[in-house]
Amino acid sequence: MSRSTNLQKLTIAMPKGRIFEESLVFLEQAGLKVTQDLKDTRKLIIPVEDSHLEFILAKPTDVPTYVQYGVADVGVVGKDVLLEEERDVYELLDLQIGYCRMMVAGLPDFSPSEYPRVATKYPRIASRYFREQGQQVEVIKLNGSVELAPLIGLAERIVDIVSTGQTLRENGLVELEHICEITTRLIANRASYRMKSEAVDDIAQKFLQVIPKSPAGKR
Amino acid sequence: MAKPLVFEKPLGMRDILPESLAKHRKLESVLRGSIEKWGYEEITTPSLEYFDTVGAACVTLEGRMFKLLDKQGHTVILRPEMTAPIARVVSSLYKHVPLPIRLYYQANVFRAQEKEAGRPAEFFQTGVELIGEASVDGDAEAIALAVACLQAAQVPSFKIAIGHVDFIDGLLDEIVKDPQIHTQFRAYLHDRDYVGYRQLVESLELSDDERRRLHALMHLRGGKSKIAEAHELTINGKARKAVQTIASLWEALEAYGVTDHLLLDFNLFSNFNYYTGTIFEGYSADLGSPLLGGGRYDTLLEQFGRPAPATGFAINMDRLNQVTTLTTTRTEQRLVIAYAPDRREEALRQAQAARQTGRVVITRLLTDGDVTESLSNQAQDEIMILTAEEGEV
Repeated sequence: MSRSTNLQKLTIAMPKGRIFEESLVFLEQAGLKVTQDLKDTRKLIIPVEDSHLEFILAKPTDVPTYVQYGVADVGVVGKDVLLEEERDVYELLDLQIGYCRMMVAGLPDFSPSEYPRVATKYPRIASRYFREQGQQVEVIKLNGSVELAPLIGLAERIVDIVSTGQTLRENGLVELEHICEITTRLIANRASYRMKSEAVDDIAQKFLQVIPKSPAGKR
Repeated sequence: MAKPLVFEKPLGMRDILPESLAKHRKLESVLRGSIEKWGYEEITTPSLEYFDTVGAACVTLEGRMFKLLDKQGHTVILRPEMTAPIARVVSSLYKHVPLPIRLYYQANVFRAQEKEAGRPAEFFQTGVELIGEASVDGDAEAIALAVACLQAAQVPSFKIAIGHVDFIDGLLDEIVKDPQIHTQFRAYLHDRDYVGYRQLVESLELSDDERRRLHALMHLRGGKSKIAEAHELTINGKARKAVQTIASLWEALEAYGVTDHLLLDFNLFSNFNYYTGTIFEGYSADLGSPLLGGGRYDTLLEQFGRPAPATGFAINMDRLNQVTTLTTTRTEQRLVIAYAPDRREEALRQAQAARQTGRVVITRLLTDGDVTESLSNQAQDEIMILTAEEGEV
């Protein structure tokens, strides 16, 4: 840490929730001090002693917002959130963790209705995807339990992230179309990327050391 | 939308209250002082412009333009920036004025916001345009003046990143033959999605060396040493020429003595379509967004009929306001004269005399129940009370 302490202070926004545990392991592997405080997720701002780093724990969808406005210099966040939020940030690294797929799913006997409806937590991604497919659909924004929508007749299809597919199976749904693959990314604020370039490069370099080398072709 | 409540303003519009406006005006006057010393003259242009002329010239902002119809049925826009209107003036009303022309502006511009309701859709810029100067000395002047402006505005810590649009273009031209993939690369750079960029590099059939060079673009930011690194990366004529331009620009900027505030950034990518050469962006510590942006636009003026090279920049005044250490404290002692009805003439005479000497004077009628403290809202004010003459009621 002796070298790092000469660097400018860096605030890192970390996502609570789905990719939090995996991200912590990743930080530890990258040689960053992960204190007990960080694992105790009730605290929201966690300074790291003897270091130039400070962590903010945020709701995943808010991570790009914190970074765009510069209250956090860098952030760790899923590509799903980046695609949905369309924030003006630098996307520096694919950390190759938190892997899942953005899928269209529905009941096995699905056939499109005259006025198709799609339920999702990701209205922008869903709208963009169906538009590209040349389909006009009504997108219904839900905040959770999206799998419920086809079962109770709210929508014929859903757009959601799928990792093992277990939740879909348990609800009798099947994957219909593959939209894209999702992994966790390191993002940076536009000004921090230049004003604190050494500190940002330092953390990117540390992360780069532990990124699992993926087989060629897998994105 | 529901009927607006009485206190509401259209989305993104703001009131500026006296305290903020005082600071804003102070900043403007400081910048005006600096810019005028470099021989720039102030210009204003209309708030409304035709979409077909000025609108077409800044087409990258189209999605954020406020569009209206005038009485004749033409589409007009609230100006989203000032460079295109100035290009219009220089090509028409100023057609006879020999180049180079140095103009500056302090103006409000309009860009509609979609995401956050509170983000300003009308904001203030101070900017300069140097028209008719094709050499790197012109670019250097613009950048050095930008540095001078930020110094005059007492921004404690700032950097200006410099890049060149032809470097990225030339490097991609040399390695990527398929124009569609070329466009894809540019889209990733535009979105600042370096992950997507790298994945695209990996997915293409390229030699190891070509791959290495495309990846190296991502690391071409830093000091003077990056010029040699950039030179090594490409043999493409356009890109090499861009590197040479940056090298001689750096020399000129060394002569200005401002390189401590500069960094080179060969992957700097501008969102404006009209830039044709050197581009730059200014950043400050503790501010998440760029403070200023500018660059060379050698083809914009010919769209208005007077081909000429040009360069310039615009400072976002709201952001400058957030990081400046200039303060505006009201130290002057105002004079408050409260007078009884029969002493009005005397009071007003005294007030006029004091104003002649440069003082701020507030006069008011003295009413029953007034106490000294209630006559002024500022503690340092001097208060003079002219009560009714004795014997009269």
